[in-house]
Amino acid sequence: MLLPETALDSRPERMSEASARKTPVRMTTATLDQSNVSRSAAEIAEQSKKVVTRDVDFFYGAKQALYKVSLDVPEHCVTALIGPSGCGKSTFLRCLNRMNDMIDDTTVRGEILLDGKNVYRRGTDVVELRKRVGMVFQKSNPFPKSIYENVAYGPRVAGVRKRNILDEIVEKSLRQSALWDEVQDRLYDSALQLSGGQQQRLCIARALATNPDVLLMDEPASALDPKSTAAVEDLIFGLKKSYTIAIVTHNMQQAARVSDQTAFFYEGHLIEVGATNELFTNPYEKQTEDYITGRFG
Amino acid sequence: MSLATSTREQLTGESANLDLRKILEHAIHGILLSCAAISIVTTVGIVVVLLLESLQFFREVSLWEFLTGTRWSPLLKPQHFGILPLFCGTLLVAGGSALLAIPLGLATAIYLSEYASPLVREVVKPMLEVLAGIPSVVYGYLAVVFVSPLIRDTIPSADLFNAANACVVVGIMILPMVVSLSEDVLQSVPRSLREGAYALGATKLDVTIGVVLPAAMSGIMASCLLAIARAVGETMAVTLAAGATPNLTLNPFEGIQTMTAYIVQVSLGDTPAGTLEYRTIFAVGLALFVSTLVLNVFARWILLRVEEKYE
Repeated sequence: MLLPETALDSRPERMSEASARKTPVRMTTATLDQSNVSRSAAEIAEQSKKVVTRDVDFFYGAKQALYKVSLDVPEHCVTALIGPSGCGKSTFLRCLNRMNDMIDDTTVRGEILLDGKNVYRRGTDVVELRKRVGMVFQKSNPFPKSIYENVAYGPRVAGVRKRNILDEIVEKSLRQSALWDEVQDRLYDSALQLSGGQQQRLCIARALATNPDVLLMDEPASALDPKSTAAVEDLIFGLKKSYTIAIVTHNMQQAARVSDQTAFFYEGHLIEVGATNELFTNPYEKQTEDYITGRFG
Repeated sequence: MSLATSTREQLTGESANLDLRKILEHAIHGILLSCAAISIVTTVGIVVVLLLESLQFFREVSLWEFLTGTRWSPLLKPQHFGILPLFCGTLLVAGGSALLAIPLGLATAIYLSEYASPLVREVVKPMLEVLAGIPSVVYGYLAVVFVSPLIRDTIPSADLFNAANACVVVGIMILPMVVSLSEDVLQSVPRSLREGAYALGATKLDVTIGVVLPAAMSGIMASCLLAIARAVGETMAVTLAAGATPNLTLNPFEGIQTMTAYIVQVSLGDTPAGTLEYRTIFAVGLALFVSTLVLNVFARWILLRVEEKYE
């Protein structure tokens, strides 16, 4: 059973369905047709490298979680990180915006360059870094505040005070995350009243509100039902026009559906990285093939 | 076949064991139930005695006079039975100590929960528990020999025994309670909320003030109420520190008497049992019981609502 292939084949159809459902994704522009297609290896190679990592080792105390990971994340592409649980893909993702700083007794070695600058160099402003590298988590984590305040939180801590500017950012972000139509009448209700799928899209809106360059997503759809998952996937597909996205996922069909480039991690090593349609149809490494065909993991 | 037989033997053997186990289970159930019953019966008994004795008291003194009278002198002629001075004394001490303990305790809790390294937390938390374990009479003694002279050095007009004195020591007494309850509430704010805020480029102060504190607010309010209830019920330290002069005042540098301190005074004195004077302590006790009960129930109610919010 080659699920990824079927997934790839069915994608254009699924996207046109999404368009028929009138989600804001398809409202973007006329360039939509191009942006909604996975990029080929040649196209990916043309993109400039937004994030570059070189020989990244990561340790939780004495336990090594990443071994010499060197991965390029091309601009305006979706890069999927796949691999079995505990393979280090989430750890890698959390290195990119230094969220691992929050865990005691961790060590990073190697270089992680964002636009050519090492994010782990001395004197990096972590707060500034995280404004540029937004993150969406596995479990939706809206603040116990109103929908409006959730989205406005990032701009507020960044110092935006003017009400009309905040209003604008909130509306734009909610539109981008395809949530505006559902919540525009109840912006001041508690975010906790939203459904799981809506909460996750709210968290995406919240991440977009700080206008990041890069969006990191750690299994953003793993706790959602199929319908909400489809909504989030459509969203990711539409977002890559404006953002560079790295997404961790356990769901290989999802990786096949949304990403341009896929990286396969196994036991802390980056085994293989390539254009998604190539990696899924014609993997180079035996381990990758075994994993994507479901023989292990 | 042999397998079937041996299984059956095992089963019958087990059924004898089963009977024994059942009896044991019942016995344990019974023992535990009676243990629980003792505390329930005791509580009910206390409330009944309080009510009965107070009822006797209110046959001679009207409830209205008791609740609204502004003078309290049941042991001296002419007798007055207005509880307001005692109530005011209690309020003054509870309010003053809360004013001291809540900001200090909250700041300490925020420091421990959000800023302190694990090492500091490991050292400070047990120390606070030691503070909570000091007998209250020691605090009272501290108030008399240390705090009172200090206050009178600063404000010479202050009475030797005064409310401020009691506020300081009771504040220190309830501080560990505020810290440890508030810290628990702060810790219970899900880590994912903090990470969500940090990922948006929030600083530690942004996260603490903008996300963690609001999420924990109702829990913190509940812990403060519980601490105030403790301050209202505190007896030994205030008896020693605040004096024994029922005084309807909000001036913390005057001598006052709290409801608890009055009960101590009468219980220790030579007031004959069964007299009206003697029964005053039950009426005061009942008033005290109702005040702390209301505070406790209110605090528990708030806490319950918080738990619902985070499932």
